[in-house]
Amino acid sequence: MTGERVTAPTLEPASASRGSIAAFIFKKALISALVALVLFSLMIGIRTEAGPTGQLIYWTRFPELAGMVAAVFAGSIAVELLRLWWGPVGTVMVVPPKVQSALALARRAIAPLLLIFTFLVPVIFYQQRYILDLGILVLTYVMLGWGLNVVVGLAGLLDLGYVAFYAVGAYSYALLATNFGLSFWICLPLAGILAALWGVMLGFPVLRLRGDYLAIVTLAFGEIIRLVIINWQSLTGGPNGVSGIPRPTLFGIPLTPADDGLAAKLGIEFSPTHRIVFLFYLILALALLTNWVTIRLRRLPIGRAWEALREDEVACRALGINITTTKLTAFATGAMFGGFAGAFFATRQGFISPESFTFQESALVLAIVVLGGMGSQLGVALAALAMIGGFELFRGLDQYRMLVFGVAMVLLMIWRPRGLIGHRAPTVYLEHSQAISSDLVKEGHG
Amino acid sequence: MRVNCILSVDHLSMRFGGIVAVNDLSFTAERRKITALIGPNGAGKTTVFNCITGFYKPSGGTMRLTHDDGRAIQLERLNDFRISKQAKVARTFQNIRLFPGMTALENLMVAQHNALMRASGLTFLGLIGAPSWRTAEKRAIDLATLWLKRIGLLDRADDAAGNLPYGDQRRLEIARAMCTEPALLCLDEPAAGLNARESAGLSELLLSIRDDHGASILLIEHDMSVVMEISDHVVVMDYGVKIAEGSPREVRDDPRVIAAYLGADEEEAIAVMESGT
Ligand SMILES: Nc1ncnc2c1ncn2[C@@H]1O[C@H](COP(=O)(O)OP(=O)(O)OP(=O)(O)O)[C@@H](O)[C@H]1O
Ligand SMILES: [Mg+2]
Repeated sequence: MTGERVTAPTLEPASASRGSIAAFIFKKALISALVALVLFSLMIGIRTEAGPTGQLIYWTRFPELAGMVAAVFAGSIAVELLRLWWGPVGTVMVVPPKVQSALALARRAIAPLLLIFTFLVPVIFYQQRYILDLGILVLTYVMLGWGLNVVVGLAGLLDLGYVAFYAVGAYSYALLATNFGLSFWICLPLAGILAALWGVMLGFPVLRLRGDYLAIVTLAFGEIIRLVIINWQSLTGGPNGVSGIPRPTLFGIPLTPADDGLAAKLGIEFSPTHRIVFLFYLILALALLTNWVTIRLRRLPIGRAWEALREDEVACRALGINITTTKLTAFATGAMFGGFAGAFFATRQGFISPESFTFQESALVLAIVVLGGMGSQLGVALAALAMIGGFELFRGLDQYRMLVFGVAMVLLMIWRPRGLIGHRAPTVYLEHSQAISSDLVKEGHG
Repeated sequence: MRVNCILSVDHLSMRFGGIVAVNDLSFTAERRKITALIGPNGAGKTTVFNCITGFYKPSGGTMRLTHDDGRAIQLERLNDFRISKQAKVARTFQNIRLFPGMTALENLMVAQHNALMRASGLTFLGLIGAPSWRTAEKRAIDLATLWLKRIGLLDRADDAAGNLPYGDQRRLEIARAMCTEPALLCLDEPAAGLNARESAGLSELLLSIRDDHGASILLIEHDMSVVMEISDHVVVMDYGVKIAEGSPREVRDDPRVIAAYLGADEEEAIAVMESGT
């Protein structure tokens, strides 16, 4: 809280209002507890199960229910107290300048440090295959997040069917490689182009739609692609998927124990980890390409037009910007990166099936973009790390994993409603680049 | 039709269901002159602007824009963004429509979108950082800087547009429209919400846009001191029809105009009458 400016004028009624604040918090906690009681009385209070002969067995668990309601009551008070201490949303915390400059330095250092660390991961964790696999998974989602960020974060178009492009990329590579024997390096651009084409095809009919309508149509598009894949058995193998997808080669040199493999050529002993490390650097390179292109695009007229579109579509039209092509390019660019990621996914797994491309994936990638702070590249990377890595971190908690994860998300959204990195960096400046507060930046509506 | 008129509106009508917002309106705007469009609230002025700039498709009538080189464009045949891109008509809005989350400089860069798109080779030259793109970008920044200087906002170039004071936002919106290098600039109540000193500055800015940049201006304005001071020609509307037109002096003394304003708003009528005396 801004110490003096806010509290000084309210010095007198402070004691009077303290009582009412306490009453307010108590009332709020009581309501929360009541809601919890109603919700949980059936979910926790009564446990039902089918008996051995099919009859219904049930028993009550009132102590657990009481514990839960008490926890909600206490939690509500804690959250309100935290809010009180934090000050109303939107006030600026007065931080000493020294701490502020230190924080700014830390913020600037975090991206390069993260990058260096990522490059060193295969070296540090060479023996731990689990960590390497997790790293590849996180990087895949970082790339997907960065790709979707173009559509949602920059252009402000809510896309709930992003996984469709991921699927198109994956199946493009899988089918081209298994049917025509094309190599990964030829298929990669093809997969991107095909996904971009699908992006444009989706874009055309939905351009007139805005907000909720756009979200619903993109959601449907994602499902349609999945259903087509399931039902077009002759091409895609239907629910059985495509197997025997060729593994990537290092520019033609396979990473196998064979005589013409990389290990034999270098004269070192073969290890399956070689391929994992190769895949790690491959997805890292693809993700960094995505990042580089996005950062470049933001500083080009097309990228500025995307952001302007998110800010005010009517003003864009008055300035002679073609809304249709601008939206289409955003869709196509995002889709292309999704296609690249899909091709990588196919070559990494060696087997793909429609099950990998459900709505849950779209939701996860969208959550990463929103959590990261829409439009922020670093925020998306951090969010992917937190979501995918964090989820693995809670593995030890077994059944409570989802619960802890959900609580963490809710807390984060209370603390940072506009995402981890909530401010926008200008794309061009005369004197100095000032971060723009998230209150001013629009989220887009179409 | 005279050669020196940039815009001629003929028998323009715009109906919304039962409401006739503009009814058989005809007027012309001369090249390198300031033409004011005035009238009481709800007279249909903004609707005329929306027809000219392609936001509404008129129910009837034609609007012809003639460029310096004699090229004529029928505005009612173009749609939204093409009017700005091809016919070179720029506009501002009654409720300011800046890009609030972008800096003042970025706002002016977005306005140069079409020129920059061409220079960046539809993005591909820009992506590889070709020298031709770099010089084009530098020139665009120079143009933006020039306009920031003209409106006195150079020191706030890197501030978010949404953070600027109201008067500065109004001027920034005009500068943004000018960065599209228009032949005709349409301003919808640019002096609304400005104090006397700011209005005076605005008048000066508009005169210099007319004289130094050779742009023609179509101006909707309620602030009669601004209208009387800078306009070359005034068109008065009421209930969607033109009730008078002429020089500021002629219009001010026209009994029909005074009656229209008296019927609508006494204060404004007094403002019309007093502004000259
Ligand atoms: N999109 C629309 N749909 C229906 N009616 C409209 C629409 N736009 C304008 N109108 C009506 O047309 C009439 C003229 O409105 P307009 O906004 O053009 O007036 P104006 O002269 O700009 O007034 P003001 O000085 O208050 O800005 C009003 O009665 C308004 O209600
Ligand atoms: Mg109006």
